[in-house]
Amino acid sequence: MDYNILIGGSAGQGMDTLAAILERVLKRKGFQIFTVRDYMSRVRGGHNFIQVRFGNEELTSHRKSVDGIIALNDETIRLHMEDLSENGFVICDEEISFADERVIRLPLKTEAKASGNVKAMGSTALGTVLKLFDLDMSCVEDVLKLIFARQDIATQNMGALKRGFELLDSRYSIEPADSDGSILISGNEAIALGALAAGCKFYSAYPMTPSTSIMNYLATKMAEAEVVVEQAEDEISAINMAIGASYAGARSMTGTSGGGFALMVEGLGLSAMLEVPLVIAEIQRPSPTTGFPTRTEQADLKFVINASQGEFPRMVIAPRNPEDAFYQTVRAFNLADNYQIPVILLGDQYLADSTTTTRPFDFDRVKIERYLSNDDFAGDREYKRYELTPDGISPRIIPGKVPGKTVLVDSDEHDEWGHITESAEVRKAMNDKRMRKLEYLKKELQEPDFLGDGDFETLFVAWGSLHGPVKEALKLLNKTGEKKYAALVFGDVWPLPEKLLLEKAGKAKAVINIEQNATGQLASLIRECTGIKCDGSILKYDGRPICAEFIIENIKLILTQKQLFLEQDE
Amino acid sequence: MGEYRFCTSETAWCPGCGDHNILEALREALERTGKQPHEVLVVGGIGQAAKTPQYINTNGFCGLHGRAVPPAFAAKVANRDLTVIIDSGDGDTYGEGGNHFIHNIRRNADIKHFVHDNQIYGLTKGQASPTTDLGHITEVQPFGTVNEPMNPLVLALSLGAGFVARAFSGDKDHLVSVMLEAINYKGYALVDILQPCVSFNKINTFQWYSKRVYKLDEAYDSSDKRAAFEKAAEWGERIPIGVIYKAEKPTYHDKIEFLREGPPLVDRPVNMDKIKGLMEDFK
Ligand SMILES: Cc1ncc(C[n+]2csc(CCOP(=O)(O)OP(=O)(O)O)c2C)c(N)n1
Ligand code: SF4
Ligand SMILES: [Mg+2]
Repeated sequence: MDYNILIGGSAGQGMDTLAAILERVLKRKGFQIFTVRDYMSRVRGGHNFIQVRFGNEELTSHRKSVDGIIALNDETIRLHMEDLSENGFVICDEEISFADERVIRLPLKTEAKASGNVKAMGSTALGTVLKLFDLDMSCVEDVLKLIFARQDIATQNMGALKRGFELLDSRYSIEPADSDGSILISGNEAIALGALAAGCKFYSAYPMTPSTSIMNYLATKMAEAEVVVEQAEDEISAINMAIGASYAGARSMTGTSGGGFALMVEGLGLSAMLEVPLVIAEIQRPSPTTGFPTRTEQADLKFVINASQGEFPRMVIAPRNPEDAFYQTVRAFNLADNYQIPVILLGDQYLADSTTTTRPFDFDRVKIERYLSNDDFAGDREYKRYELTPDGISPRIIPGKVPGKTVLVDSDEHDEWGHITESAEVRKAMNDKRMRKLEYLKKELQEPDFLGDGDFETLFVAWGSLHGPVKEALKLLNKTGEKKYAALVFGDVWPLPEKLLLEKAGKAKAVINIEQNATGQLASLIRECTGIKCDGSILKYDGRPICAEFIIENIKLILTQKQLFLEQDE
Repeated sequence: MGEYRFCTSETAWCPGCGDHNILEALREALERTGKQPHEVLVVGGIGQAAKTPQYINTNGFCGLHGRAVPPAFAAKVANRDLTVIIDSGDGDTYGEGGNHFIHNIRRNADIKHFVHDNQIYGLTKGQASPTTDLGHITEVQPFGTVNEPMNPLVLALSLGAGFVARAFSGDKDHLVSVMLEAINYKGYALVDILQPCVSFNKINTFQWYSKRVYKLDEAYDSSDKRAAFEKAAEWGERIPIGVIYKAEKPTYHDKIEFLREGPPLVDRPVNMDKIKGLMEDFK
């Protein structure tokens, strides 16, 4: 069982803070949470909303239908009334009028003013919501203290919230699940925490939504975690800095969105050519150029796989949720160090900004593997930065750390010592060496997550952040219909793991790709790598995230059309 | 040349190119620092000048065209024990890499920037660079350059650079002394080194420079910023060489508390308990 509360208003009305309070209070009361954020790319005005979904079973995605609306302006009511359930409610100030019996107009402003701060009217509304769901005031004070740095403001909000609590009677009831010590975290925060756990010491980036929150988080931990966060003058500088710091031995990372990644492309090739490990977070937003800065899409898959001139090995991982994002970030650093390649974490705004309750990360699973050979070269052994080896991986030492040994790297084609070469044989040997790493890398790929049981007719394929929505859709579809559904959700997307795909697709009556883009890039990649052609696509590219309801609506449509088609054929 | 620690190797530069002397001066300056080759990192972008790391026995990083500065800065941040020197061209530094040149000055990391300024794009066979004089005819500027040359020294001064110098490849001893002073300075040091390109710059030749350059004398006060702006702007019939401006400033490492003291960043272990503790923020 779960409820979905929408908080809406214009930018600058403090919805972020309200949502943060609500989700944190509910989380501490023991509920599972999934919060999705829908922002406009502006600092003031416009219409923004955040949906806090809470329940007593696992929540892996948002949903469209809402049970309650906190409307900070009348536009919120107009825009979202159609999604409100029959016995849902709207809380708004008495100044707003709207002809619908579900709308509860209350003296929010007056009560907030009475508690000393009219700006606390959102907290008054939160108080009413707690009461409506028959929840008590436990955890509230602690959370307010956490969210508001200033004690007087925390006190005013507490007062306002208490006043709201007295305004209504309870209507609904929901038992929390057992409080399990879970954490409430967004995808970008999980990436940042993963980077710190992996020992990232240098992060350079240029601000670009929706990647910036990685940099923000790391910046607040600079001194504590001893990580240098440098805001570069542009993305070209950002990636070249990260490569320089990595060359010098510090685990390094950069992050951006598609537009910034476009500027980084030459640097991506540099990491591969110099064989300097690098982790890049590319957090997608829709469209070429500026696009939809604050919204979500998965349309950079083929771009990041193919970006740069020349041919070289790279790895692309699309984290599926915050928990996955944490472990995959650690893994990205280890893979980058092991193979001395660029590893791209391909996220999107939906992953980046949505917060969800998650098992606390298991730090025992975090292993930092640097694959350094400093000690092997302490003696007389000659050091060749690009020594030709069977697996293509040359021993790496850190400049300055081995007396008598220097490290020369070069973006020109080079010989084993790093010296420029014009030789045809050396060029071929070096290219082969770099590409050999790919063959070994392929052995380490993680197969996609298989959701469902052995008995299915329709197989969905999806990637990255759609894991949650697909999982929920399967739960609903398999509960009711006689037709059975399963899914493969890819995390490793390049190189593409093929084994499980070949096995499951072979059993399916229909393979349907679900993607947050217009052209079905995963489907195209699958066809390119395996020859498997998807039988239908569920695609969305309006910038708003796919949810389970959308998948269910569309799969029914596709299957009905297929059925009609078959009947015509007969 | 095995007797040197910082031995140099055969280059692909044209005979008579100013780069040869700059390489020799760099070697001599490094010998005199008492450093070992593994303690030094020379970074270049792409171009003739940018090949310098290829030819000297130190750690070397030949990155992308225009992008020598960002990796040099970051390598210094990662390991402040490294002596980090950028050797790159005027096109690489002021053209393709102009944005990095500007913003790196604001950072003031303790890195040295030796720009081989031949007022031309050498490697790509003679197009105008940002420092090419007006009216200079090239294949791409057949009617002469119409874009005014930039003055990197004035620009650096205006951005607050703490060490700004000019040198000439034709006066090696002087060049060595300027390089040494730059290396010993704590902070970002720019040395714009005038350098003939015998193949593609037939105007600013060895003779052209020799006739014009003069050394700043003892009486010159390099801590006087006003005077520095004047000297930096002097170009044409007479061109001053030497340390034009020098002032103490907090470096990047000084400005970041946790970098100020303690071991270099690369040697700092990950405090896993501390990182794990960060999860508390999410409870
Ligand atoms: C991205 C990119 N653009 C262009 C080039 C071609 N390119 C190489 S060096 C160079 C100019 C070199 O001029 P400068 O930096 O003055 O060095 P010089 O050869 O004169 O020492 C150019 C345009 C390149 N390698 N990469
Ligand atoms: S082309 Fe010019 S800069 Fe390049 S090596 Fe020859 S003389 Fe030197
Ligand atoms: Mg030049």
